[in-house]
Amino acid sequence: MSKTTTPELTPIAGAAVPARWQDYVQLLKPRVMSLVIFTALTGLVCANVPLSPVLAFTAVLCIAVGAGASGALNMWYDADIDALMRRTRGRPVPAGRVQGADALALGLTLSLFSVGIMGLAVNLLAAALLAFTIFFYAVVYTMWLKRATPQNIVIGGLAGALPPAVGWAAASGSTPLNAWLMVAIIFMWTPPHFWALSLTTSDDYERAGVPMMPVAKGEASTRLQILLYTLVLVPLALAPACTGLGGPVYLGIAALGGVAFIALAARLFVRKDRADAKRLFGFSILYLFALFAALLGEHLAGLHPLRLLALRFLG
Amino acid sequence: MSDPKSENAAFRKARTGRNIAIFVGLLAFVILVFVITLTHLGANALATNTL
Repeated sequence: MSKTTTPELTPIAGAAVPARWQDYVQLLKPRVMSLVIFTALTGLVCANVPLSPVLAFTAVLCIAVGAGASGALNMWYDADIDALMRRTRGRPVPAGRVQGADALALGLTLSLFSVGIMGLAVNLLAAALLAFTIFFYAVVYTMWLKRATPQNIVIGGLAGALPPAVGWAAASGSTPLNAWLMVAIIFMWTPPHFWALSLTTSDDYERAGVPMMPVAKGEASTRLQILLYTLVLVPLALAPACTGLGGPVYLGIAALGGVAFIALAARLFVRKDRADAKRLFGFSILYLFALFAALLGEHLAGLHPLRLLALRFLG
Repeated sequence: MSDPKSENAAFRKARTGRNIAIFVGLLAFVILVFVITLTHLGANALATNTL
């Protein structure tokens, strides 16, 4: 009996270390994916439409995989500038652990599978919105806007804002005003959140030639714009309490969180301290998480005020 | 200079890990498609019975 031999393994040219499966997971930006899963799940639950747990799981999985796919496409395209920035140079492609072509192939494959399964198993509207989200992040933001304009994350933020609408569409087959209200909140939240981070990493962006707001317009202008966007975001985040989406818990969190958000943005504007930028960045994550957790919790617990009113009439 | 034998072992270990990950991913995909199919079949059967 002949002995089976394993072909000799030779390192890929240019690869310093072998690619582990964990490197491919890192291409999917798991931390960004977790926020996408959370907001999409909130949209899906807030639709208040009974959906099979299998299809609900499938919808959230497709949204998560779609987000991961756009992350892989972003890492493929941006490998050159990622290599120049401290925050991103350890990513699999610039570090030489994964070849750019592999990241591209992974991104395209996962995009096709996530959109295809969403369309076949859930519904076509959700699939179309998911495809648009991937296209917007990978092409519109990454390829067209990121290196061209300081408004890159303002417009590109739409991609990160869409998951609640995709989740809502997956559950109900439609996207009413409240779904787009959730999208608008994340859309308006993105600039102050991201610019607070970019204030602390502007040296990196300058070295890579990426025209982020602090690099293109200066830190003073960025701090002013953070404050202005925050002043629009906070009232907008109160709106779900008026449109039958949020209940009293949500209203309380949106009001208290909004006051704190404005206070931190105002302090950053006045004191011009990078520590304040870090504080605002950290708080912005907590703020968005708390808003969506309140919506999710209220709907899961049946604490929605309009629902309580309806039950009283029915009872 | 690094030892070619240990380098080869590291690449082999990484490849095994990738192969297992692909296997698990494909298996999960097959199970997902199977369960989705059963769910749709069940829903359609219920709809037909109620008509």
